[in-house]
Amino acid sequence: MNHQETHPTPSKTHGKTCIIIGASHAGVNAAFALRKEGWQGDIVLFDGDESLPYHRPPLSKGDLSAVSNGTPLKPEKSYTDDGITLRLGEMIKSIDRNARTVTPQESEPLHYDKLVLAVGASPIIPPIKGLNPSEVNPETSQLTKAVFTLRTINDVKRIKQRLGSAENKKVVVIGGGYIGLEVAASLNKMLANVTVLEREERILARVTTPTLSSFFTDLHTRHGVNIDVQKSVIAIEENNSTEPPNIENSALTVICDDGTRYGADIIIVGVGVRVNTALAESAGITIEDMPIEKGIPVDHTAKTTDEHIYAIGDCTYHHNPTYDRFIRLESVQNAVDQAKTAASAICGKAPHYNTIPWFWSDQYDVKLQIVGLFEGYDDIIVRKETDKEQAFSVWYFKGEKLLAVEAVNFAKAYVMGSKLIKDPSKQINKANLSNPNSEFKPASILMQ
Amino acid sequence: MAKITFITSDNESVTLEGQSGSVMELAVSNGVKGIDGDCGGVCSCATCHVHVAENDVAKAGEASEIEADMLELEDNVTEASRLCCQMEISDALDGITLTVAR
Ligand SMILES: Cc1cc2nc3c(=O)[nH]c(=O)nc-3n(C[C@H](O)[C@H](O)[C@H](O)COP(=O)(O)OP(=O)(O)OC[C@H]3O[C@@H](n4cnc5c(N)ncnc54)[C@H](O)[C@@H]3O)c2cc1C
Ligand code: FES
Repeated sequence: MNHQETHPTPSKTHGKTCIIIGASHAGVNAAFALRKEGWQGDIVLFDGDESLPYHRPPLSKGDLSAVSNGTPLKPEKSYTDDGITLRLGEMIKSIDRNARTVTPQESEPLHYDKLVLAVGASPIIPPIKGLNPSEVNPETSQLTKAVFTLRTINDVKRIKQRLGSAENKKVVVIGGGYIGLEVAASLNKMLANVTVLEREERILARVTTPTLSSFFTDLHTRHGVNIDVQKSVIAIEENNSTEPPNIENSALTVICDDGTRYGADIIIVGVGVRVNTALAESAGITIEDMPIEKGIPVDHTAKTTDEHIYAIGDCTYHHNPTYDRFIRLESVQNAVDQAKTAASAICGKAPHYNTIPWFWSDQYDVKLQIVGLFEGYDDIIVRKETDKEQAFSVWYFKGEKLLAVEAVNFAKAYVMGSKLIKDPSKQINKANLSNPNSEFKPASILMQ
Repeated sequence: MAKITFITSDNESVTLEGQSGSVMELAVSNGVKGIDGDCGGVCSCATCHVHVAENDVAKAGEASEIEADMLELEDNVTEASRLCCQMEISDALDGITLTVAR
């Protein structure tokens, strides 16, 4: 984040109110950053979720049994100390831009001077027969008790409860993205029998290239997770116990378009998310020709088309200067950094959001770290470390320019990649980089 | 059990008692300023950077390989730098002083 000080005006913020909708990675960081930047007025943080705001990444990682009440982002005391009012369990149902108020579901409208939308995204429920809530009777149906998405602490609690009580622990994960694969690894650790069904011809198809897809396919297969690709799920049926024996005595059957059937006691749907745009849409902060499904459009200070409303985190569609295009990201990095940008802008400074995206994923004992955006590459180098097991890195270039690095069990590549993307003046010696016998050191990796 | 003293960038000092878990978790759950722990403690974000007091370096032990690599992303690294999510609380850490690096 580059800062250009103009006229910090903390005194002018006295007696004002900043309302933040959404108390997760983005909203919580914005609240604390506002105080750091000198906001003296009230800060009110709303979230429909009742839990003290928590980290989302651990929800799908490691041993889910370790996730109990979640890892709080901050202790309750810090909110009190910084004068941040937390209103948990309260959904905001509307925004009135003219009156500058927001209205919670069950209380009076509240005035804001500045409003921050940190509303994030929600899991997509794909059009699979049996998944449409209007088709199932929640009283009698197994479906509502056995089909889960994974975004909140409550989702994890329900999955754990179901796993604990299920006689058979047969799990089908629909969708082979990072979250789907992480949860597959976690449930495998908890002794479930897991199958991942992916519609595309390889897992992680939307987010990486075949090298990493095949590495993770092998990794999961070795651990006993079954990965089936080109499986488009069309229906989920309940197995009525009065009918003849069903697939291996499972509660549910998952049916694919090619006719394959899988028995399941627990189904986890991980096919991606959709931005929570309803509030922004009804408030009319959209831009013509920019479909709101892509996210809430914001400028380099995280401001929307309304000068009093900012948006941050997973819900935004923003410009990235390094890659010179509009993007939407789903990462802690973007949530935290954009939150700081918005807070600084709200406090009268002139920030310019300019960060290089980074992300991580942990599956079994494998740590993946990604920096940059690989799209638009025309050259790939895969470098294997000969002296370490399962350690390699994938380097994406456009011409000589480094776009992104994916590092598997090799933080050195992630770190060097981060530095080189930040400082494009240094040229990479591709021949040495791709040669596993050439040491991984700036002296050999960089052109002298 | 260990008593650990944190000194923040505004020169405030706070001594906390921890039973288990990581030093980062102890700091975050007590709101120590400058220790954010954005990645939740998996050595991915470097927002839990501390400098171990000179006399305590031996007690604190050495950074692991991945930790040392990640520390390279920080501006303010010294020989005494650690990512405190990688420091497990144990009796061995009793009495150490850590200066928050951001
Ligand atoms: C299982 C899982 C694993 C992940 N792993 C990683 C990882 O390893 N690394 C990484 O970088 N990222 C990871 N992510 C992504 C990361 O968690 C998100 O990018 C991050 O949570 C985005 O933060 P956010 O605050 O923008 O949105 P969200 O976290 O989606 O939060 C939005 C909040 O707004 C609230 N809200 C929405 N509408 C309203 C309303 N009208 N009124 C009141 N409240 C409202 C919601 O309840 C929610 O709490 C993971 C996500 C999940 C779900
Ligand atoms: S908490 Fe992220 S590296 Fe320590």
